[in-house]
Amino acid sequence: MRIVHYVNQFFAGVGGEEAAGVAPAVREGAVGPGRALAAQLGSEHEIVATVYCGDDYAASRSSATEEVLELVRGFEPDLLVAGPAFTSGRYGLACARLAAAAAREGIRSVAAMHPDNPGLDEAEPAPVIESGRIGREMRQSIERLAGAIKTLARGEELHEGDGRIGRAPRRNRISETNGATRSVELLLARMAGDRERTEVPLPSFASVTPSAPLEDAASARIALLTEGALVPMGNPDRLESARATRWLRYQLDGLDELEEGAYQSVHGGFSTVAANADPHRLLPLDVARDLEREGRIGTLHHEYLVTAGNGTQVATARSFGVEWAAELRQAGVQAAILTAT
Amino acid sequence: MLLCNLVSIAIRVGAPRIVPTHGIPFPTGDPELTPEEERRLRRRLLDRALEALGTAVDGPTVFDPAETTADADAAVDTPGSPESAASEVPSP
Repeated sequence: MRIVHYVNQFFAGVGGEEAAGVAPAVREGAVGPGRALAAQLGSEHEIVATVYCGDDYAASRSSATEEVLELVRGFEPDLLVAGPAFTSGRYGLACARLAAAAAREGIRSVAAMHPDNPGLDEAEPAPVIESGRIGREMRQSIERLAGAIKTLARGEELHEGDGRIGRAPRRNRISETNGATRSVELLLARMAGDRERTEVPLPSFASVTPSAPLEDAASARIALLTEGALVPMGNPDRLESARATRWLRYQLDGLDELEEGAYQSVHGGFSTVAANADPHRLLPLDVARDLEREGRIGTLHHEYLVTAGNGTQVATARSFGVEWAAELRQAGVQAAILTAT
Repeated sequence: MLLCNLVSIAIRVGAPRIVPTHGIPFPTGDPELTPEEERRLRRRLLDRALEALGTAVDGPTVFDPAETTADADAAVDTPGSPESAASEVPSP
């Protein structure tokens, strides 16, 4: 098979965080982890090109997936391989979105990442193969991925036994035993100590690694964020009041306070009367400006980021989190205060 | 860091630094208070938020605003009344 491999700027050898903003680009042949993968795959398959993109660029630009996919199309591959992204959130999202977009237009694709990666839920309909948690587990991760690629090359589908993780497309089939029998079997398995087996996996909340403490708030740039759906009166950008699919940004520069009547909350999950009467009940701009004037914080970030946290899918919310973090890091923000309703 | 009322949910999803607030629809306010009291409450919440941001944590950690050490009220209230500032926040 002709394979195009996607990696981030780090694994492409371009650089670390300082290069996280680089735009999508191409290297001929296999690069970095692609070389190990090519060695595992043998001569039957060839990695014809490596496409890469900076993590921040990939996570914070809505056009990034299409830009990368355009480069992939140029090689007319039989298969697109993305990752392994381990637990790296921005990288995982980029891999998942690219694999999904490719699969939707008929390019076969597979991504690799750790089950805790926030990208996992965005890869559908493309399959995802489990990788280790960190780059040190590259060797085992590449071996498993190579095995899955060989399975795909034989025209077979990937299953749990191949290391497939995440949601698989549902297919109706007739079971040999009815629901009552299967539920008793699950119960017996559980009593015997199996705590994992289920027919309906629940969404899992990955663990969050806390950031290091802020060394000096007085010199830091601090951002205000809210999921309280606070938007300018009239909701000009039409933020959804529930099941939000996006987030927005609004200027705070030149504002000391949020005037009553100039903002409204469009959140559909609580009474917005109190918040509309005084928007500072959702976004504490007045006091944040006091803190800025007194030198308790360095600078207040010039805009606030907002979405509606109401019935939002965990996967969507996780992606917003990764996008916000990438966005704020690029803007030189060291800490953020998020109000939640 | 996160300012919210539903602390148990915040802990369950792993938010590392949490400051509890008075009510779900108004994380940085409380319409029951006078405007002056409400602004003092908001200040106290943000002061606590800054303390939370400056503190190393291993996992979800709740920073109760009643336990703040750098309370804005101490500066504006009559001397010797840090306890009264703390008691304004109802215990959960």
